[in-house]
Amino acid sequence: MADGVAKVLVEVRGLKMYFPITAGLLRRKVGDVKAVDDLSFDIYEGETLGLVGESGCGKSTCGRALLRLYDPTAGSVHIGGDDVANASGDALRTMRPMMQMVFQDPQASLNPRMTVADIIGEPLQEHTRLTRQEKLARIYELMDAVGLNRAFANRYPHAFSGGQRQRIGIARALALNPRFIVCDEPIAALDVSIQAQVVNLLEELQDRLGLTYLFISHDLSMVRHIADRVAVMYLGRIVELAGRDALFDEPLHPYTEALLSAIPEADPGLEAARERIILKGDVPSPANPPRGCNFCTRCPKVMDICRTVKPALAEVGPGRLVACHLHPPPSDRRPTAADEAEEHPTRRSK
Amino acid sequence: MLTYIFRRLLIAVPTLLLISLVIFLLVDLAPGSPMSEIPLTVPPEVKKKMIEAMGADQPVFVRYLLWLRQFFWVEPAYWLDGHFGTHLAGDAQRILSYQTRSPVFITIGQRIPQTMTVIGSAYLVGVLIALPIGIYSAYRQYSWFDQAGTFFAMIGFSVPTFFTGVLLIVVFAAKLQWFPSVYDTTLKVTDWASFLKQVRQMVLPVTVLAMFNAATISRYMRSSMLDNLGQDYVRTARAKGMGEGTVVLKHVLRNSLIPVVTVIALGIPSIFGGAIITEQVFKVNGLGAALIGAIHANDLPMVQTLTFIFAVLIVLFNLIADVLYGILDPRIRYA
Repeated sequence: MADGVAKVLVEVRGLKMYFPITAGLLRRKVGDVKAVDDLSFDIYEGETLGLVGESGCGKSTCGRALLRLYDPTAGSVHIGGDDVANASGDALRTMRPMMQMVFQDPQASLNPRMTVADIIGEPLQEHTRLTRQEKLARIYELMDAVGLNRAFANRYPHAFSGGQRQRIGIARALALNPRFIVCDEPIAALDVSIQAQVVNLLEELQDRLGLTYLFISHDLSMVRHIADRVAVMYLGRIVELAGRDALFDEPLHPYTEALLSAIPEADPGLEAARERIILKGDVPSPANPPRGCNFCTRCPKVMDICRTVKPALAEVGPGRLVACHLHPPPSDRRPTAADEAEEHPTRRSK
Repeated sequence: MLTYIFRRLLIAVPTLLLISLVIFLLVDLAPGSPMSEIPLTVPPEVKKKMIEAMGADQPVFVRYLLWLRQFFWVEPAYWLDGHFGTHLAGDAQRILSYQTRSPVFITIGQRIPQTMTVIGSAYLVGVLIALPIGIYSAYRQYSWFDQAGTFFAMIGFSVPTFFTGVLLIVVFAAKLQWFPSVYDTTLKVTDWASFLKQVRQMVLPVTVLAMFNAATISRYMRSSMLDNLGQDYVRTARAKGMGEGTVVLKHVLRNSLIPVVTVIALGIPSIFGGAIITEQVFKVNGLGAALIGAIHANDLPMVQTLTFIFAVLIVLFNLIADVLYGILDPRIRYA
């Protein structure tokens, strides 16, 4: 799906989201938590970009900053040509209909004092000029689309199960015919049988409505199932971005390798033979990331250059981007790195 | 919901009976006696007659049962007679005050309007200032407005009303002479001039009590708003593209008001209890003043009746708060 001719829908350039750390009597700013640090990537129309990484790596922050639920510190986000990151109040609100979000916790993300019809219908009230009947018709249509019984329109969210609540959340997100939906761990709070239902629903809606997803998850097998391309984040930065098959078959970045080695295998025979790469140490604080590569403190293949120079995300093959000194872009492939690779033949072998 | 209310009212009956017994015994067993009020020059046989006339020579449980009958049967009967011209009560004995020898409920009836106008409007004003302050403080947490609000709230509930009351009297009544320091209970509002006079004399006591009430309620409002502002559904509302006004006033405020409404409802009985100290400071002749006067005079029936009325109100408003909670929060269902 994500071939060269596809149109770019979401264009992210240099996105930074820093949260200030204040301390002392006068709450003076003493530093930043660099939750998202200089991200640049594109999402093509109609594709699903998976965004994976461990807890606290900035996945959710990235999703929220894309939709301007946070005010980004720097950078630009163009969705369908509009600069979302730098739009002001009212202009931003008129852009809201084209970008929506499905939240992680379906319980907390629905206002407990509003009925399902109110929750789904509220954006229609704000952004359209539908009559009462038309609005109700649209609400019923959306409830049908996500597989909710119309008779439940006047119930409150607490009366639904987790899976049903997530369907309400999806119906709400769809109300204004968005083009781009950020799914922020939409299945993490659901049990496994419901997860499959919700993911199938999301895929079906994508086919029918031509939606573009950013699918944030830490469930690698689910991402492998739903995503067309996958971006791997570590400590606020994208370390690798590639087509799904390429990434899962031949991960380039040592962190991706470690991450993928953690996927459990269903077949006990294969599971016993599975070799895990266990990373040592803890994730550094995003308030004080390492000077060089963010992963240099835990990388099993760390080199001297990694501790001093931050590798940039660069294209190393068609559609394959990686930020690692082991894989310099073809244009400035330095002999040292190639020599290093030859000196350590294990590095390439998986 | 109706079944729930009935069940709660049913449970309230034994609760209130127990409370009434405790109050009765506490007041009765406390040192001091109505007999000590009779001057020593009165001969002993006359004194004995007087005590018999008051019924104070009977054992405690007899007086308690008699009081119960009077409170729950005789007094309501008199009330109905007074309103509908019936003759239910006949000429049964009412609860008589030891001080005035007139029925306790007549005194209470005279005092309630004073208390309601002054303390009631103070509570209302307090709530009306507290809510916006709480909302804005939470919305702009740690802003200078929030800091100032926190500061004044701290002052509001840490400085006692007898201090702020006297302070205001010194500044605005004694020095500036803008407002009278004594509340004139006899003032009748008949025209514009007397209305203005009434407003002027209400300003100081209402200010003192409103500040005190606003301090507490604004804190509740603020923390409740802060709880809700960080919730995911607020982010959902923003993602829907709702304006900030809608997000804050519709989504956040409606959810935040649930606990605050409960707190406000639970505070209402304290209006009837009268702010005893503030009424003393400004000489407002309300229920609080009546209670203090009765305690000083060892007027047992008055103290017992007033205290019991407060207990009834507290039980009643607890029920009202719970019912309001059920109405406001769809997650709560009473059956």
